[in-house]
Amino acid sequence: MFFLLLLHLVIGIAIVAAGKMLGRRAFLVAAIAPLVTLLWAAAKAPGVLDGDPVTESFAWIPQLGIDIDMRLDAFALLMVAVISGIGLLICIYSMGYFSHDKPGLARLAGVLVLFAGAMLGVVLSDQLIALFIFWELTSVTSYLLIGNDDTNPRARAASMQAIFITGAGGLVLLAGLIIIGQAGGTYRMSELLADPPTGGAVNAGIVLVLIGAFTKSAQAPFSSWLPAAMVAPTPVSAYLHSATMVKAGVYLVARLAPMFAMTGSWRLVVMVIGASTMSIGGLRALRQTDLKLLLAYGTVSQLGFMMLLLGVGEYHIAEAGLVLILAHAAFKAALFMVVGIIDHETGTRDITELHGFGPSWRLVQVVAVVSAASMAGIPPLFGFVAKEKALDGYLEHGDFAGATAVLVVIVLASILTFAYSARFVLGVFGAFGDVDRPVVSRTAHAPGAVFVGPSVVLAVATIVFGIVPGLLDDLVEGATTALYPASEPKALHLFAGFNTALLLSVVIIVCGVLLTVLRTRVTGVQRRASEVIRPIPSGEQGYLGVLRGISAVANRVTATVQNGSLPIYIAIIILTVTLVPAAAFATEIGPLPQWVEEPAHVVLVAVMVAAALGASIVRHRIAAALMLGAVGYAMAGLYVARGAPDLALTQFSIETLSTVLFVLVLRFLPRSWRHRAPSIAAPMRIAVAAAVGVGIFIFALSAGNARSSVDEPSMSEVMVEQSLPKGKGHNVVNVILVDFRGWDTMGEITVLLVAAIGAVSLARPGRRRSDDHAPVFEEILDAGDEPALPEPLR
Amino acid sequence: MSEPSNAPASHGTLARSRRMMLLDTSMKVLYPSILVLAMYFLLAGHNRPGGGFVGGLVVGGALALRYVSGGAQAVRSTFRLPPHLFLGLGLLMSASTAFVPVVLGGSILEHGDTTFHLPIFDKVKVTSALPFDIGVDLIVIGLILMAFAAFGEDVPDAPGAADDGSDAPSPALKIRSKP
Repeated sequence: MFFLLLLHLVIGIAIVAAGKMLGRRAFLVAAIAPLVTLLWAAAKAPGVLDGDPVTESFAWIPQLGIDIDMRLDAFALLMVAVISGIGLLICIYSMGYFSHDKPGLARLAGVLVLFAGAMLGVVLSDQLIALFIFWELTSVTSYLLIGNDDTNPRARAASMQAIFITGAGGLVLLAGLIIIGQAGGTYRMSELLADPPTGGAVNAGIVLVLIGAFTKSAQAPFSSWLPAAMVAPTPVSAYLHSATMVKAGVYLVARLAPMFAMTGSWRLVVMVIGASTMSIGGLRALRQTDLKLLLAYGTVSQLGFMMLLLGVGEYHIAEAGLVLILAHAAFKAALFMVVGIIDHETGTRDITELHGFGPSWRLVQVVAVVSAASMAGIPPLFGFVAKEKALDGYLEHGDFAGATAVLVVIVLASILTFAYSARFVLGVFGAFGDVDRPVVSRTAHAPGAVFVGPSVVLAVATIVFGIVPGLLDDLVEGATTALYPASEPKALHLFAGFNTALLLSVVIIVCGVLLTVLRTRVTGVQRRASEVIRPIPSGEQGYLGVLRGISAVANRVTATVQNGSLPIYIAIIILTVTLVPAAAFATEIGPLPQWVEEPAHVVLVAVMVAAALGASIVRHRIAAALMLGAVGYAMAGLYVARGAPDLALTQFSIETLSTVLFVLVLRFLPRSWRHRAPSIAAPMRIAVAAAVGVGIFIFALSAGNARSSVDEPSMSEVMVEQSLPKGKGHNVVNVILVDFRGWDTMGEITVLLVAAIGAVSLARPGRRRSDDHAPVFEEILDAGDEPALPEPLR
Repeated sequence: MSEPSNAPASHGTLARSRRMMLLDTSMKVLYPSILVLAMYFLLAGHNRPGGGFVGGLVVGGALALRYVSGGAQAVRSTFRLPPHLFLGLGLLMSASTAFVPVVLGGSILEHGDTTFHLPIFDKVKVTSALPFDIGVDLIVIGLILMAFAAFGEDVPDAPGAADDGSDAPSPALKIRSKP
């Protein structure tokens, strides 16, 4: 399994590195990764489906018990099939979508492969911390893909929104995973399943994990980033934001539900959030005129549905959720592909600008109808099988509190799903075409085979698995058993007899048809309703409110802390550095030392005092710098007198150089301090100087006595003794620098390097381009005020 | 390495009239000697006073001398390579010394040593602390080169020439502060 992740990494980086060289063929190279993964998964499938998972392990941080444990069980296999299957089709589809070479294409293809690798990591990790790392990698790659067109402010704002929300959720998730892992004594899900932890801390942990999963899977109230992410190119939307990444949250909930569904408030939270997400997504989808946004809200709704199925911890219902994952991946990816084709050929995705297509578009229309019908749950399609199974699961096995309410919500939301699926189809056929808008779709030329092919494959799968769902029995039953080891999953059927579930399906379809026929009246009702609920803040407004809050707090803090006065900065810094430790040390002062050890000390100290006083009195800047240099040289002399040649050598060199550099900079400043500071400044400066002097004095006195009460040999003696045998050097100072405390030196030289780069960029502000500013809060706030993205995005 | 006294003024070094002959002549002896001293500090550092940090600072001192005698261009032409290359190479060298032992199965910054014989020096003992120190040395040199590159541009009016008693900023500042 590691070789697969490595393969994705290598191919992804290679494509990004190759840049423009490959052009569109980058996607052909990219297709290698999912293809190899599929072949590998197919080879492993028979064993895995027999209940014999493939495992691999790699010791990562053994000190903390964190290993990367990979485990391919039947559920992981199902996810791998979705990730790599859709991934392969998306790569082919992209060849058609990106018919014209444009900048950033290679980066898009490369990051797409990197994302696929990260997503595989999520579903193959058995270890929670490793899963979290891959989880975050999918967030990062998603951020890069949404914002791939970095010249578009909307794309930048949308990518920031996505990474803000999923990133914040990721932090919450990490906290939850650590609580669960610590309480359970293991981070391996396969071990947690056998013996799930309980207790108050675990109750808090599972809520945190659920919040993380909800942000990732765009559940209410965190769903606002998903519609905004539709600014990304359609292949990215089809792959990440409908078929795979947004299912990561559902995946994690499905994995943990068997362990924790009965613990604390898990089931209640999942049911409330899932039900609201499913309804809100459906209602909002029904109001969209942009086909892509319609699908995005539809995805939000379906993700809520999956939460309701996979999160309640009942295996019959979860089995329906697994079927829904497969069915949704097939129909939603195909629908996105259709939208991409329409967008590509006509330049619009707005249903008021579509007026139907010519006869050469028949195939695309068939794909759209089949996939939308599957989404609506019409037999004999795959989506119908999934929905039937879900209804049956809740009817027959929903014997927990609130199950009936959830069933009602599912039925109502499914009616909405039917209605927005119909809206999609009618939109594609031009039923909403506005006569005042230009007619472009009738004359649009038909897309090529490579462009349509992948969606046709998915539509065929939708039909085949709908008519013969038994083909998937092994996979779905194996995955159910992997999640719930004691379960006895039932086989899939297109027609399970005349039962209540079938009756509900008929109700859904009839009501859906009614909603579609009465669509103008429904729109009116929705508009009036939306005016009533306007005062209730939506997810988007919540997000923007949080951003505005952060911005306001940051402004206020900056205005207070960074007031722009250099003397105040310096006073605060040096007072803090000296007085805070000195206050602690003041109680530790030992006996006063011997003041004068050699006559030379008197001379050196006299020079230092005189030069320091001089530096603070003289009016010329360069003279003051020279005086400071004199203080330093006298200090070096003191080191020589005390027998510390290394220190003295360093001090001499530093002092020489810093004086030269001082002079270099001072050339650009006025020669002297002409404008006298206000009269209050002088006493304050003296007070600060005195306080710092006293602080350092206390520090020096207490430092000399710090070890008086400890029996062990002092560190310095140990180091002097060990210098030759351990460090192979006679000069203990150097051995400390490069060996005993070498890691500190490593840090220090890194700081030096950063300081050098910083100094140069500070000295040359004119070189910075003024126009390449990073996205700032204001930009996001502006872009966020209009959530819809109607402009064509190619 | 170009001798400052021979460099034509058109290369951006200080004009001949503004150079000090005494300093220029001493540089011929001083500059190489200081570099040798710096090299000594670097190599002897493990057993005697010195080390990479001091070695780098001493090279910096030599550069300062060169700057005083020949201006920013003289410093720039001394090390043909761009300053940031020194920084990068230095960090790369130190960091790899730190991490190579990890790859070999040891701990971070674990040092080894080896002894071999050279014709003149006879027995020479080298520890792997030396490349680490060389990295430190390079970073210090790079830092100083960058400081001279950032702040050491030749001011149109030489510091001496601007000595008209005015407190106004030198012309260079006015040029820089244009938006």
